[in-house]
Amino acid sequence: MNYQLDFTPVIEGMPALLSACLGTFTLALGGMALAIVIGIGGVVLRDSHFAPARWLVKSFVELIRNTPFLVQIYFIYFALPLAGVRLDPTPTAVIALGINGGAYAIEIIRGGVQSISKGQIEAGLALGLHKAQVFRLIVLKPALRAIFPSLTSQFVLLTLTTSICSAISAYELTSVAQRIESDSFRSFEVFGTITLFYLVISWVMMRFFALISARYFSYPVK
Amino acid sequence: MGEGEFLFLLAGLKWTIALSAIGFVGGGVAGLGVALLRTSGIPMLERITASYIALFQGTPLLMQLFVVYYGLALLGLRLDAWVAVAIGFTLHASAYLGEIWRGSIEAVPRGQTEAAKALSLSYVSRMKDVILPQAIRISLPATVGFLVQLIKGTSLAAIVGFTELTRAGNIVSNQIFQPLTVFALVGALYFLMCWPLSIYGAHLERRFAVSSR
Repeated sequence: MNYQLDFTPVIEGMPALLSACLGTFTLALGGMALAIVIGIGGVVLRDSHFAPARWLVKSFVELIRNTPFLVQIYFIYFALPLAGVRLDPTPTAVIALGINGGAYAIEIIRGGVQSISKGQIEAGLALGLHKAQVFRLIVLKPALRAIFPSLTSQFVLLTLTTSICSAISAYELTSVAQRIESDSFRSFEVFGTITLFYLVISWVMMRFFALISARYFSYPVK
Repeated sequence: MGEGEFLFLLAGLKWTIALSAIGFVGGGVAGLGVALLRTSGIPMLERITASYIALFQGTPLLMQLFVVYYGLALLGLRLDAWVAVAIGFTLHASAYLGEIWRGSIEAVPRGQTEAAKALSLSYVSRMKDVILPQAIRISLPATVGFLVQLIKGTSLAAIVGFTELTRAGNIVSNQIFQPLTVFALVGALYFLMCWPLSIYGAHLERRFAVSSR
């Protein structure tokens, strides 16, 4: 092998790459926020008494979960202008990420809601807890505790998925890396470096979520 | 969209299926190795395989494909694009399947291992005849779930430049300027592959939930 690794383009592009990490975070956070909204709204509709709403949410979840994100983002990218919405690639990517994450969030949140049995609520009321206390202590906290691990690992996955948004050239780490790569042809060096960036990003996120989980969702006595 | 364009999409679909199959079979074989090393009880091997799994689970599939694709070229290997991409998917699948199967192996009750040891079965026989048959049953829903993920993941080969279903869709949409029709059709083809598998996976999960109650 007579190839010399040359990281000069990577080092020169480091400021651009580091600020692109913020772009990745923006996409991820925006996508997560939208996913939670869609998730909660979807669960309400999914368990409503209005059959067409239930059917619609079910189809939405199946449709999103059984098609690739890349196809979804292309479709949304081309569909929004036809619907009269003109957006830059980056907001478009947030919408696509939110829709994708939302479909998974619906399933996860629904599982959490179903894990609370009616008897618990009745027991809380019988013990003389206020309605707000029942909701906070008996419904919300255990439900959050139940969904927290799967919801947050879905979020880490969503953050890794942001790399696909480079396909519509949204502003994030991968698209900036592709630009540096096409200027320098140092493909392996560039992509190898940002692979490590992603590894650090997902590790930091997992540690952060684990800390929150230990702080707020651990049982006092095991 | 004419017949020619549709046939072009179907040719892409063929590559999507081929890539998924290679990734799943290759990744299955390597993944079994990863799972066995990960549960071998030898700290060194367990740490290495744990890092291997963490590396693949903590980075985007797209980056894995890029690094493998350009890394192999850098090693002086002149490979066809589809071979390089197939290797990428195989490595990816080996890490994910390895982790799924590690969980299943560890989910087999400890008494089974102890009983096999008490009967002085060798490691091979203990795994092949006692642990793995039970672990495979436990792992089936998650394994089917991963297959769906892998099929969807093969779409990323399009970004690397390999003409499978999604890239075929890209090409056709650039030719006939009907992106919505084309990508709706492409999405429908993926859906037809993945949805039956998802239903089957959910069915398996329900059945195991009932039988283990």
